[in-house]
Amino acid sequence: MQSIINRIENNQFWKFHGGIHPPEQKFLTTNKPIRSLHLPEMLIIPIQQHIGVAGDICVNIGDQVLKGEALTAPSSPMAVPVHAPTSGTIEKIALQVIAHPSGLSELCIFLKPDHKDTWRERNICADYKTLARNEIVHKIAEAGISGMGGAGFPTHIKVDSKPNIDFLIINAAECEPYITADDLLMREHSATIVQGVNILKHLLIPRMVLIGIEDNKPDAIASLKKATESYNDIHICVLPTKYPTGGEKQLIRALTGKEITSGSLPIHQGIVMQNVATCFAIAEAVIHDTPLIKRVVTVSGQGLEKPQNIWAAIGTPVKDLVALSKSLQAADKKAIIMGGPMMGFTLPSDHVPIVKTTNCVLVPSEKELALENKEVECIRCGQCADVCPSRLLPQEMQWSAKAKDHAKLKELNLFDCIDCGACAFVCPSHIPLVQYYRVAKAEIRQQELLDLKAEKAKARFEARKARLEREKKERIEKQRKASEARRAAMEEKSGEGSTAKSAVAAALARVKAKKAQGKDVIEDPREAAPEKDTQKSQVAAAIARAKAKKAKAQQNEPVSPEENSVHPDEQVEAEKKSTDAGKSAKVAAAIAKAKAKKANSTKRDVETSETNKADDSKKSAKVSAAVAKAKAKKLQKEIGAEEQQPTPIPEVDKKANVAAAVAKAKAKKQQKEVGDDEQQPSSKPEVDKKAKVAAAVAKAKAKKTARNVTQVAVEKESMVEELQSEETTIETTTEIIVEPDDKKQRIANAIAKAKAKKQQAQPIADMASSNEEELPKEDNKAVAKKARIAAAVAKAKAKKQQESN
Amino acid sequence: MTTLIAILVLGLIAAAFGALLGFASVKFKVEGDPLVEQLDALLPQTQCGQCGYPGCKPYAEAVANGESINKCAPGGEDTIKKIADLMGVEPEPLDATHEQDNRPKVAFIIEEDCIGCTKCIAACPVDAIIGAGKQMHTIIADECTGCDLCVAPCPVDCIEMRPIEQTTKNWQWDLNSIPVVELD
Amino acid sequence: MAFWIASSPHNHIQSQTSALMRLVILATIPGIIAQWYFFGWGNIIHISLAVVTALLSEFLVLSLRNKPIKTELFDGSAILTAILLGICMPAIAPWWVTVIGAIFAIVIVKQLYGGLGHNPFNPAMAAYVMLLISFPVEMTTWLPPLQLVSIEYTFADTLWMIFTDSTSLGYSAEQLRTHIDGYTMATPLDTLKTSITTGLTVTESISSPVFGNYFALGWEWINLGFLIGGLFLLAKGAIHWAAPFSFLASLFVCSLIAHLISPDLNPSTMFYWMSGATMLGAFFILTDPVSGATSVKGRLVFGALAGLLVFVIRNFGGYPDAVAFAVLLCNMAAPLIDVYTRPRTFGHNVEMK
Repeated sequence: MQSIINRIENNQFWKFHGGIHPPEQKFLTTNKPIRSLHLPEMLIIPIQQHIGVAGDICVNIGDQVLKGEALTAPSSPMAVPVHAPTSGTIEKIALQVIAHPSGLSELCIFLKPDHKDTWRERNICADYKTLARNEIVHKIAEAGISGMGGAGFPTHIKVDSKPNIDFLIINAAECEPYITADDLLMREHSATIVQGVNILKHLLIPRMVLIGIEDNKPDAIASLKKATESYNDIHICVLPTKYPTGGEKQLIRALTGKEITSGSLPIHQGIVMQNVATCFAIAEAVIHDTPLIKRVVTVSGQGLEKPQNIWAAIGTPVKDLVALSKSLQAADKKAIIMGGPMMGFTLPSDHVPIVKTTNCVLVPSEKELALENKEVECIRCGQCADVCPSRLLPQEMQWSAKAKDHAKLKELNLFDCIDCGACAFVCPSHIPLVQYYRVAKAEIRQQELLDLKAEKAKARFEARKARLEREKKERIEKQRKASEARRAAMEEKSGEGSTAKSAVAAALARVKAKKAQGKDVIEDPREAAPEKDTQKSQVAAAIARAKAKKAKAQQNEPVSPEENSVHPDEQVEAEKKSTDAGKSAKVAAAIAKAKAKKANSTKRDVETSETNKADDSKKSAKVSAAVAKAKAKKLQKEIGAEEQQPTPIPEVDKKANVAAAVAKAKAKKQQKEVGDDEQQPSSKPEVDKKAKVAAAVAKAKAKKTARNVTQVAVEKESMVEELQSEETTIETTTEIIVEPDDKKQRIANAIAKAKAKKQQAQPIADMASSNEEELPKEDNKAVAKKARIAAAVAKAKAKKQQESN
Repeated sequence: MTTLIAILVLGLIAAAFGALLGFASVKFKVEGDPLVEQLDALLPQTQCGQCGYPGCKPYAEAVANGESINKCAPGGEDTIKKIADLMGVEPEPLDATHEQDNRPKVAFIIEEDCIGCTKCIAACPVDAIIGAGKQMHTIIADECTGCDLCVAPCPVDCIEMRPIEQTTKNWQWDLNSIPVVELD
Repeated sequence: MAFWIASSPHNHIQSQTSALMRLVILATIPGIIAQWYFFGWGNIIHISLAVVTALLSEFLVLSLRNKPIKTELFDGSAILTAILLGICMPAIAPWWVTVIGAIFAIVIVKQLYGGLGHNPFNPAMAAYVMLLISFPVEMTTWLPPLQLVSIEYTFADTLWMIFTDSTSLGYSAEQLRTHIDGYTMATPLDTLKTSITTGLTVTESISSPVFGNYFALGWEWINLGFLIGGLFLLAKGAIHWAAPFSFLASLFVCSLIAHLISPDLNPSTMFYWMSGATMLGAFFILTDPVSGATSVKGRLVFGALAGLLVFVIRNFGGYPDAVAFAVLLCNMAAPLIDVYTRPRTFGHNVEMK
């Protein structure tokens, strides 16, 4: 360590491998002062201008904002806010092509300046040393500062690091040709930059501060030397000009001789690097409470009449800057490069705004840059390997990239490539090597993502399979136990309503029920009633038998006599709706079908209860009801359930049945009416189809209604209460489906969405109910009303569906 | 006599080498992945069943037993090529019965239309749909493999497959796809 | 309005593969002049023959392969291959030998492997070796330097000789090869090899006039010519220093050791450098990037191996000169050398450096 310091003090530096000497072309702009701030007609401020995540927009369209006001609020540590570069009105918040090689659009805030340039209130802090460390870091974060050299890493994270920093390196190398933004900034504002360096020093307490600068900027060096005269611990390190000295790892190597291990960050070896422009922004932010709202941009190239450096407000469209420097390019043949010629990217539009990382806008003349692709075969000359600062083998990587041999590419350390472009610059075969690497890198990342996803999918698939298997086993086990219990019970008591032994009766019931099941008729939960009391097994068996028989025979009577005796009202209602025998049979079938569907869907609730150990009382009531229902579906073996549960009372279920039937009938009728009204003029086969679709929807809705009614009856809750309980169900279900940690947010969203939907649906239902024509004449109990509302909803939806068709 | 000795010597040498080889093959046996495992690793694990098998593993088993290698629609040409390499056969074009659009997709539930029937939940091979009976369902997009299996069971056709959108995060550096837009 | 879209870097050094090839072709001129001075027009005629044949066959194959003919035909690589082959031919070898060689070099060695950049072997050397094995008589009809020939012959004579197998005056190749002192003589390397096998010492053998005043009459100047060309290429940065350097150093070290052990059986180190195709091989053949190793370390190994092989084959092999064989053997080894001499990537195995 001491030897390194000695060497640095003697101005003896290290060399990094490779590097090139492209024509510098800095003379175009280096002799002119920075042009003062220019405000365009419209500022387009992308909400994300750095590596990390975007903040949340905290302004609305039409808002008046003051200069320096934050437009987004960071929602995570990796987010930095963006600010209004001047006072004005938020015109719109919309997608706009942003400063990215892809030319894709992202969300931007459009700010129309009022040209008053009114500042928000500022707290000038004359002495930053009176501030606590975290206050300074907070100020830097609030000011929205991210690395201004290129990558745009949030600065407050970099400066808020552990102690034991050996070197604070200020990157003033600016090795890219053409760019002089940092050069000019150092010449004109070296005092502020040194203030920024001192703030960083105060935060990081490094052993040494090194300012790395290339020897092609003598004026900047002189200016910095003057500004740092009184500071012994700031060393101006003048390095020979070579591209890419400004690369982070290359500069560290050149200044300290240290080699940053691949995949690790400089901070791990006690080094922090900041760009000079960032230092300037830090000083502005901490001392003058000025957020990062403007930066120096080099507007250069032989395609311009007046190449120059400009103070540009963040969000200024490139077009304005080019106009200020007077473009000489033909209107039909434009080329604008954002960044330098080595690592910059071409823009698909000149409306792209300047962002925090934009240091250069290059407008080349036609012959200035290698604009055409003259790629020929690689002759393995190895010049690329000679100039590669990462000491890679570009030609071998190129072959592997062409062959999409990802394993080989990783072996060749493709990901150590820094995209500097030195290899492509020297390639005599004009192979766009960097482009090949970029594509390969993107593909490998994508592939890794897909692999990860495939692995996860596989795990989830396996887990699901295992769960289904387990459930099946449990079911069989339960059935076995139940039948044993029943047998035991039946041995104790004699059968009722049958001269044969109860066991025989039960067996008979089972067989019949099975047959019924085969006919897509699954038994109702009402048969589950007796399971509360094992003594009543025979009764249940008898009911089951009766039901099975009914289903099998497709009797005209929609409801069996046993049920009829219990609740004549509903029976009457149902019968009223279905006057002729054939229709009533259909209703019965519909009921049965609806039940089957319901039973099916309750399966999920069963899962809930079986897997979730949570003891929420409200939940458990519902859950156990669901369990009971599911069990009812397999009634013939379920009678002796070992758990004590509150059971849905048969009449409720019956009501539900009837309601479902009613709803369905209504829906059908309504649909028919609508169909007749609307479809008559068209009179085409699509009438049929539409009607069918509508019928399907109506059926589905009716199903839903039936279930609604059941639940309402069981819990005797108001609609609001039901909503709450449904939330519980969702929660219960989701807790099983998703892993708890990283998905909380999504679940919450889903629930919120579900709730919103529910609430939306409610008014519709109310509206629909007011339009209701057919009212059940008798027995206007709450249950019936609910059924009606639900039916109305179904109808409304059906109508909607039809209309949309 | 000489011939006999020659035969004997050669025979002995052959036997010695044979024994050596046999020993080596036992001693230095390389435990490779069974073929099925390797094939399974190549498949995209969407568990979509488009190949006609209930999941990727069963298809891997079938391929190992001689099923044609071109039935994995989500994997597309890439997967076919990899399987062909592994099996040492010629790659074939994707089975024509599959749709040609191989862009990665995720399922999307049109929430207004969802009636909460849970049928899609039952169909999803990777449990990527949240929801409960008569509750609106939604897809966990990150877990969705785009297998298409939930689309058919939906009684109200409220599920559609949407291609994954391109963002700056997943852009593949395809310069030719850049739209050159001009607002004026 | 069209915006131009491209991937960075947007700057280029503006050098081109074809320019590189042209430079190498230019650098062969001193050597060719020396050849002409000592051995007459023969090689220049062969070079012209080879260039025409090579361009024709390249054109044919490129059109068959649906390749862009304009750019690839004149990228200079085929011309360079033909020139190198022409330089290697004996001055009065029959025309068809060169034609076959050039076709073989371009069609089989280069294009069948995928064209420029994909050929594992140096086309000129592979063609030369093929010819040497297939037509041993034609490929060893070396002329003595003009200073030693008994019959004066002109450009027309040479042309006549190459196309009709005898001069316009009816002299045969055998007669042309006859020395002033009445017997036919091969190259210095050949002579030395024959003499040593017959039991003479090196000192005794090099008394033969083919060795001239220094190392090998004529050949030394030709080698010098190629050395100058090579140095020119090095100065221009067209070739990398590693392979020629390690090749010459390795040859030097091997021959020095041998010479020190047994001066009677081994000629001086400079004889190895200045005879045969040593300099041509060092600066024009081994530096062929396509068939050579790529990294600096790899090139050092590559050159050293070639030097060792040249020495071994010249001393112990059946052929007097060995550059072509050595180069082909090294071409085979190049991919392996590349794998084992991969440079340490920046930031990897930092502790082990």
